[in-house]
Amino acid sequence: MRMFIGILICSILTENFVLAKFLGICPFLGVSKKLNTAAGMSIAVTFVMVLATAVTYPLFAYLLVPNGLDYLQTLVFILVIAALVQLVEIILKKFIPPLYEALGIYLPLITTNCAVLGVTILNFTKEYTYAQSIVNSLGSGLGFMLAMILFAGVRERLDSCDCPKFLKGLPITLIAAAIVSLSFTGFSGLADRFF
Amino acid sequence: MTEVLIAVCIVAGIGLIAGIILSAASVALSVPVDPKQELIRDCLPGANCGACGYSGCDGYASALARGIAEQGLCTPGGNETAQKIAEILGTDAASVRQVTAAVKCNGSCEHTDSIFVYQGAKTCATANQLFSGGGKCSFSCIGLGDCAAVCTEDAINISDGIASVDRIKCKGCGKCVTACPKGIIELVGINSAFVSCSSKDKGAITRKNCTAGCIGCMMCVKACEFGAVSVENNLAHINSSICTGCGKCVEACKMNCISILVPCS
Repeated sequence: MRMFIGILICSILTENFVLAKFLGICPFLGVSKKLNTAAGMSIAVTFVMVLATAVTYPLFAYLLVPNGLDYLQTLVFILVIAALVQLVEIILKKFIPPLYEALGIYLPLITTNCAVLGVTILNFTKEYTYAQSIVNSLGSGLGFMLAMILFAGVRERLDSCDCPKFLKGLPITLIAAAIVSLSFTGFSGLADRFF
Repeated sequence: MTEVLIAVCIVAGIGLIAGIILSAASVALSVPVDPKQELIRDCLPGANCGACGYSGCDGYASALARGIAEQGLCTPGGNETAQKIAEILGTDAASVRQVTAAVKCNGSCEHTDSIFVYQGAKTCATANQLFSGGGKCSFSCIGLGDCAAVCTEDAINISDGIASVDRIKCKGCGKCVTACPKGIIELVGINSAFVSCSSKDKGAITRKNCTAGCIGCMMCVKACEFGAVSVENNLAHINSSICTGCGKCVEACKMNCISILVPCS
């Protein structure tokens, strides 16, 4: 139990996907303009991350590794994740239309998101067990959500500040992202010390 | 060689299985789309402006097909679209009131002045937080263009310190109405008379602040034969669904702040 909490804290704070590992920067900059779209996107990402891990882990451990096909990891994972998201979309549309409408465009958008692929691959690099992998994916998704929601707040404030013309738009957004990322390095060592 | 074959077989196998599952799922779990919805969608202009209050043309089409949306909400499409939709749904056409956005302020540089020089962020929303933007009249247009920024049709220009609407380009979607922090933009029916002032100050104060403001003198109310004009809080307002556009109030107004909204600017 202690270890699971450690993994969770680690993946949310010290090894935050966006702010420490720099994965999933595209949605981080693209959909963080408003708080509600940022929340919608991160819920979809968390959902797909957990689901993708649940499916790709047994596939890799019981199909690819015994056949000596570790090198096909990236290829197979992209294929499986893309198909999986499509399937989830069809199922949601049929059985849970409100959730389908809430996730909306974000669900198909993240089929080839590098954060989703990243979490499935990193689970093996870190040699996690199945349960640990699921917890790590959940934590990574929550970390993504934390970063998105924090940054959506920052960007809403950025809109009403008078910044020099040459920094307006993307430049000032990137500078703000760098500062937020820098502040997250303050968490490094947190998980090692307590768990 | 066998290694390559195994790799190809496994990847192709996964792809095949995924493909079969997906195509089976799309058939077995397909959600029937109302054929009416697609027909309606084809009639709509496809601007996705949101004037109807739904998330784009697809949203409105699906709501219409399910019968939960009112007809005639599509202002960009106008009566023509409403007619086509009514034919598809088999009901009487709901007429669309042709509307255009209009800025209820005459406070250009020659009519009014500012009380201080504002140097903050160049948005009306921010400027409005500081003494209502710095104009002499606290109801006046700030002129920093929050309305122009949200306009997808490029129909709003800031000239001479106030926003003006190009009525040829304006589709009447009403995005600027919500964007204006002063709330001085209104959707008004075409060919109706319109008071271009928002000042609720007493007449004497309005006159001191601006040379083209409504002072609430009631002359327009007396001139109107149809009872379309009312004065409330020292400000005249014209009900554009009653107004016939006869122009009597325009002649009566001493401050020259009533005009007829003809379709071209």
